[in-house]
Amino acid sequence: MMVMENLRMAIASLKANKSRALLTMLGIIIGIAAVIAIMTVGNSVTNTVSSSMQSMGVNNINVMIQSRKNEPEERESGIVFGAVEHSKEMTERDYLTDEMIAGLLEEFSDEIEAISASEAVGSCEVKNGSASANVTVTGVSQGYFAANEKTMLAGRLLSAEEATGARNAAVVSSEFVDDLLEVSYEEAVGRSFSCRLGEQQVQYTIVGVYEQVDSATAMMMGLVGTECYIPLTTAQQFNHTENYQNLAVVGKVGVDADALARKIETYLDGHYRSNRYFEVSAFSMSAMVTAMADMMDTIVTAISVIAGIALLVGGIGVMNIMLVSVTERTREIGTRKALGATNESIRMQFIVEAMIMCLLGGIIGVILGVAGGILASNLMGAAAAPSVGSIVISLLFSLAIGVFFGYYPANKAAKMNPIDALRYE
Amino acid sequence: MKTILQLRGIIKRFYIGEPNELQILNGIDLDVREGEFVAIVGASGSGKTTLMNVIGLLDRPTEGEYLIDGVDVAAASDRELSYIRNQKIGFVFQTYNLVAKTTALKNVELPMLYGGVPARERTRRAKALLDLVEMGDRVKHLPEELSGGQKQRVAIARAMANDPAIILADEPTGALDSKTGRTVMDLFHRLNKEQGKTIVLITHSEELARETDRIITIKDGSITGERAGDAR
Repeated sequence: MMVMENLRMAIASLKANKSRALLTMLGIIIGIAAVIAIMTVGNSVTNTVSSSMQSMGVNNINVMIQSRKNEPEERESGIVFGAVEHSKEMTERDYLTDEMIAGLLEEFSDEIEAISASEAVGSCEVKNGSASANVTVTGVSQGYFAANEKTMLAGRLLSAEEATGARNAAVVSSEFVDDLLEVSYEEAVGRSFSCRLGEQQVQYTIVGVYEQVDSATAMMMGLVGTECYIPLTTAQQFNHTENYQNLAVVGKVGVDADALARKIETYLDGHYRSNRYFEVSAFSMSAMVTAMADMMDTIVTAISVIAGIALLVGGIGVMNIMLVSVTERTREIGTRKALGATNESIRMQFIVEAMIMCLLGGIIGVILGVAGGILASNLMGAAAAPSVGSIVISLLFSLAIGVFFGYYPANKAAKMNPIDALRYE
Repeated sequence: MKTILQLRGIIKRFYIGEPNELQILNGIDLDVREGEFVAIVGASGSGKTTLMNVIGLLDRPTEGEYLIDGVDVAAASDRELSYIRNQKIGFVFQTYNLVAKTTALKNVELPMLYGGVPARERTRRAKALLDLVEMGDRVKHLPEELSGGQKQRVAIARAMANDPAIILADEPTGALDSKTGRTVMDLFHRLNKEQGKTIVLITHSEELARETDRIITIKDGSITGERAGDAR
């Protein structure tokens, strides 16, 4: 009954106190905007990361050595983001060996397409005149580019001769050329650059340039963009090692990568059973996608809780202002009752007013949140994906806040004695 | 003629059972006939406001019987009292009590809104009533844009909204100068004569009371005198 009239009265009442209504809505606006922005960013990043990881090949399995952890559930998850504290430096005998690779290829010959090895050398600063950049240097086997497909813009990949001969040849990213050399990609091929790695000054000759793809994945994985790949043997020489810290296994088409990852881990565990400090961890890209999604979910939940607190505070603000409004309008309430308004219609009038205030706050919050979320997603290089579900839920939730926090003031208004209310000065 | 208000032995006590128990009305007997213009006169503190609250169904009597237009209000629930107020009583207050930031038209529509009259019919009737009180050119004006006399005329139009059995006016000219007060009193006389409205006027002014059909004097919670006014 009288829904339209209640809406009209509520809007008129809010218009009469515009700045007060806006300030009251602020808590709701901030809360809803935070939820929507985080949901949008979370959604965008998860979508982009999983699609780009899928494009990197769901059949890829990463095998790496990591410190033993005491918590079994952490070991099961396979991946740990952030710094792992090493209780002990890795030594030569902790690494993966050629025999292990040969063993794997033999054991799972039906399932493994190729194994690519890489050796992180480190990062160094490369200077060219006024330009300088931090370059991550990684030694890779020839199979590496089978596991990590790159689009070549100029030159070629590392040759077999360079790979086995430990030459100082390098494949660099397009960003490396753009940032440091300021020449075309074709001109960059054949050029040399030197960089300081630890105590040594090393000279590399560029043999190829690949297209650097900016992606959320690259960002999440800590790749800075200026990458440089050198032959594995060169890197091994530099690191004084013949073994590997990690491997990438490319599964054959149709193979269950998760199952293969578990089998590889079990197989290699045999080699590491006697190692007190290190163990092998193998995980597929799809497991990584899942882990990434889980992590995003955790962040979204945590921020939602904070936003929930903001909404609670906002709701209390609404209740406070509604109480003030009820007191200010005591005479009006008395008059309405004298004219025949029932307690229910007075209660409804004030609840609708609180609901409209919260809904308006919710709508403004959604607009700000979507805008902020899209902006943040774009800055992170992810395709913006506002979540329609969370927008609808947010608006319904803000209405619910209006009902919940509007009820007490509205009930106070409804229960006013008309005689006292009419006489109120 | 039909009796529209019938009060029998109305007693009103406050703070019942407490040490400062107070009896404001000491058994009021009063009959008001349909179409009558009655004045209730008394000094402040005489109990006339309490009597008005009882007549206007804003307060329930502690004891006694009260029938309005044949309906016994003792048995009525709060919701039913709201309905009777809405349908049978039109209030005119000393302080006008128009709803702020709401146009004259919307103010007049209010009782019809609570009475469930459809929107179109509400607007049509509210406009007609504003024309009746010669406020037809102020339909869209807000209360804060109107003078005291204009506000009171809008309030009278509002009191007439649901075509009530009686109009209950509490010191309607109390806040007005004598000239505008005169126009408001003339309006009451017109409604009484032309529309046959029953009007109960509560006032402390003997002068105004003399214009009515019947003057009831109240003192210390009891009716102390009753005489015919000049209008009779």
